[in-house]
Amino acid sequence: MLFELDRLTYRYEGVTAVDDLSLAIAEGSRGVLLGANGSGKSTLLRLLDGLIFGQSGAILFRGEELCEDHLLDDAFALPFRRTVGMVFQNPDVQLFNPTVFDEVAFGPLQLRWPKNEIRDRVGEILDRLRIGHLKNRIPQRLSGGEKKRVALASVLVLDPAVLLLDEPTAALDPRSQSEVIDLMVEWGGGSKSVITATHDLGHLEDIADRCYVLDGGKLVAEGRPADILVNTGLLRRTNLIHAHRHGLFRGQAT
Amino acid sequence: MSDIHPRRRGGFIEHTLEGLRSAMERAIYAEASASRTGVLQRLDPRVKVAGILALIVSVALAAKLWLIAAVLMLAIVLAAVSAIPIGVLASRAWLGALIFSGVIAVPALFLTPGTPFHGMPITLQGLRTASFLMLRTGTATTLMLVLAYTTPWTHILKALRIFRVPVVFVVILGMTCRYILLMLETAHEMFESRQSRTVNRMTPAESRRLAVSSSGVLLHKTLHMSGEVYLAMQARGFRGEVYLLDDFRMRPLDWFALGAFATVAAVSILLGR
Repeated sequence: MLFELDRLTYRYEGVTAVDDLSLAIAEGSRGVLLGANGSGKSTLLRLLDGLIFGQSGAILFRGEELCEDHLLDDAFALPFRRTVGMVFQNPDVQLFNPTVFDEVAFGPLQLRWPKNEIRDRVGEILDRLRIGHLKNRIPQRLSGGEKKRVALASVLVLDPAVLLLDEPTAALDPRSQSEVIDLMVEWGGGSKSVITATHDLGHLEDIADRCYVLDGGKLVAEGRPADILVNTGLLRRTNLIHAHRHGLFRGQAT
Repeated sequence: MSDIHPRRRGGFIEHTLEGLRSAMERAIYAEASASRTGVLQRLDPRVKVAGILALIVSVALAAKLWLIAAVLMLAIVLAAVSAIPIGVLASRAWLGALIFSGVIAVPALFLTPGTPFHGMPITLQGLRTASFLMLRTGTATTLMLVLAYTTPWTHILKALRIFRVPVVFVVILGMTCRYILLMLETAHEMFESRQSRTVNRMTPAESRRLAVSSSGVLLHKTLHMSGEVYLAMQARGFRGEVYLLDDFRMRPLDWFALGAFATVAAVSILLGR
């Protein structure tokens, strides 16, 4: 198993964001954490990326416990960061370097790749995402779509085996959304694990082979996208659809 | 009809927005200036950090006004050969130094006991004390500005690590820089949003209330955002150390510059006693 969560709980400022959650994510799977705003999706992604740690319960990554002590040890932390990449919902938090090129090179530098390889790889990924012309620009001065591409490039450059994506298509225009979806589908030739947090049902079947529906920090359903999408009662209970707005589901309510 | 006043140009929000815009421009100008072609831009960052710090120490130790003035002249020459306009020095270093050190120095003119200066209610000793304070501050600020405008921020941080400055200190410096930029960006967005919803002219009391409430919200927002930035850095393997694509390499010009900085600083310290 890639990730195994055992009765994991995470609280902050009196709010339980992840509540006694147990689930398993298989190696090579394309999973989607589905849930309305505040359901605990983003928090769960951060827990999976070892950025925050639960107050109780445990997470295993390929059989090893993902805890603060292990991540303080280079022998565990460097391979883990090399394997697992995360794209944040807000691209602004990922852009803190003086130029786009430096931004994309930041991750490989931290993981101590050879410098020539970094230069080649950064050039390749910028071209692949069609942002090569932005390489000398200041990231903070880019448009929303360009920022998102740079944020994606800064993680994809590491070619991680596991990609965690937090609302990857949020605030993008339809064309950019479509391009990001294509990238997620094609990326790694389908051999990588991709875990996406979203509340967008539109592209679910394209990006997922497994859905985990969250509500109030709890796992309320798990299944194939096709099965989840026809369960309108579940989608309505978890605020993923609205009875009067989603014509597609009108009359199918259970 | 008459209750609604057109928004006054140059009101509180507009002034704040303009101030925030220019602060952001200044931050971006520093990075752009560091990548220009100039004498100091060509030097190894370690030489610049060590050399400028040595000059600042010599200024702090100097007990002769003419010597501090000479180092200030040297800083101006260094700025000129490094494509930093004198107007930038005046507006971003001297004005601030004059105002902040002036607040402390002016009372010394009147309060320091000593010989009256040409019949005025100030003393010669007070004038000397105030001059020392203002000239030292102005010179040190100019030197730091020359360093900041000729060296990318990440290179300064890496140079500090090479000089064994503790990781924690360097990380805090790096995060502080990012925090200030984030605060400016967030404040700019907040005031733009406020501007779009403001029709009436704001009274001075309303402006003050807005300033106070905005400060609290801004602090909370930027703290949250800075935490997020740090997590994003960690997610890409950041563990406190600064790594750069550019390798620092000492060339003959760097050794010459290092020697020159060391000589000037040593001579200043000796003569300034």
